[in-house]
Amino acid sequence: MTAYPGRVVAAPRRRRAGTRAVTGLLHALGLPMLLLVLWGLVATRATNRFLPDPVTIADAFVDTWIGPAFVQDVLPSLYRLGLGVAASVVLGVAAGTVIGLTPWLRELLEPLLEFLRAVPPPVLIPVAMLLLGITDTMKVVVIVSGAVWPILLNTVEGVRGTDSVLTQTALSFRVTRWERLWFLVLPAASPRIMAGARQALSVALILMVISEMFASSAGLGYRIAYFQRNYLVAEMWSGILLLGGVGVLLAVVFGVVERRVLRWYHGTREVNRV
Amino acid sequence: MPVPTTRRPPALRRALLGVTGLAGFLVGWQAIPALGLIDPQYLPYVTDVLARLAEQLVDLAFWRRLGSTMTSWAIGLTVATLAAVALGTLVGLVPFLRRTTHTMVEFLRPIPSVALIPLAVLMFGIQRQAALVIIVYASFWQVFVQVIYGVADVDAVARDTARSFGLRRREQWTHLVLPTTLPYLMTGLRLAAAVALILAITAEMVIGNPGLGRMIELSRSGGDAVGLYALVVVTGLLGLAVNLVFRFVERRTLSWHESVRGERAL
Repeated sequence: MTAYPGRVVAAPRRRRAGTRAVTGLLHALGLPMLLLVLWGLVATRATNRFLPDPVTIADAFVDTWIGPAFVQDVLPSLYRLGLGVAASVVLGVAAGTVIGLTPWLRELLEPLLEFLRAVPPPVLIPVAMLLLGITDTMKVVVIVSGAVWPILLNTVEGVRGTDSVLTQTALSFRVTRWERLWFLVLPAASPRIMAGARQALSVALILMVISEMFASSAGLGYRIAYFQRNYLVAEMWSGILLLGGVGVLLAVVFGVVERRVLRWYHGTREVNRV
Repeated sequence: MPVPTTRRPPALRRALLGVTGLAGFLVGWQAIPALGLIDPQYLPYVTDVLARLAEQLVDLAFWRRLGSTMTSWAIGLTVATLAAVALGTLVGLVPFLRRTTHTMVEFLRPIPSVALIPLAVLMFGIQRQAALVIIVYASFWQVFVQVIYGVADVDAVARDTARSFGLRRREQWTHLVLPTTLPYLMTGLRLAAAVALILAITAEMVIGNPGLGRMIELSRSGGDAVGLYALVVVTGLLGLAVNLVFRFVERRTLSWHESVRGERAL
């Protein structure tokens, strides 16, 4: 498309694949490297003892987390997180499907769900402590009680949004209830369900950390709060780094799962766009 | 499964059912301690909780705490939004910046904001600034990402049309970039408002700066179950109010937009 026919439009230069890979890498890693170097410079110059330089933090990271602490603190946290997220997905999708398919139930529960979703999830930690004591169950329950809402509400919306022509077709072909659920309703709702699961994942991570900061004698959140109270600044930074790493890892894993589950959906959208 | 009807149920029926649902929830709550399923010490009667709630509403100290929480919320949300809009527009419009910051954003965004609580406490102590660090960090990303998408979403044909019609830079901003970005921005703002409230209360619970969150933590450690449940209900109502207000604002500002107009036509 040439807006000005009088001008010669130069063909885009073709670069070799190697050069492109190098520029890509530079773009991806340039800024983080620059910031890291800058951080090192500032930390060594400044006398702020709350800002150790990256090398000290890396040392503290290796000393603190590689070894028994990984089994004692990190794995149980991740286990509770995984359990909580799995339970939220199962509960949220099951309840969401039932509510989404039953109009009167949806109308009955709508204001209540709206309220329950609006309760800030960390507020439920004291309540769960009161009801269940300081146990592992309590932490999993806290995670579920915060993470289930985005999944549930998105499932309801997704189920409601099932194409009515498809539903009518399935009904007139006498597709059985379970087949309809499995081949029509759940796939139709899956993009929304995945969007809800993405929100739920970050809520669950936050609740995992807070519930451990509040009521625990082990776990990632507890450790970080412990380091802070004892002025172990480099160790504390290393803990924050580890939590960040967990967050990034979860996001990556979720991205892979989402792409697999929704491959057909993205495929259809591509086709429609063309 | 009943065949979904296109006819909307009457609003009255809807409201009635909704109220029934709420009433059922309250009755269920009352029944659990009344039947002795859970000791009232741990799950107090709903009547007691509501009575306490009414008591709080005429208590000046309660309103002061509420004001403190909402002040943190408002400051944090404003700072985060302004920063996110400025940076997001810049990064979204300059392809070079978008490429170079991509890794950094993808790394920083999933870091749970609560991980920064210890750092904030070390830096600022038990003060509002510490809470603000957390609130701003969490709500910044919600708006930032939406603005980047929004600014980059300008329709290519519309952009070329604007250029060939000789629209000036400022006109392109007001007629092209702003209308495209606004729906994204409003979505980001709505999400950020909810997140900021959650973190304002969380920060008070964990850090201990004055506000509703600290009051919740104090009622828990003091064994005041009735007060605790009353405050949980208050935070829920607060969250509900924030959601409703921002949804209303979104509908108002986007009344011209397809997504809102389409809904009304149904």
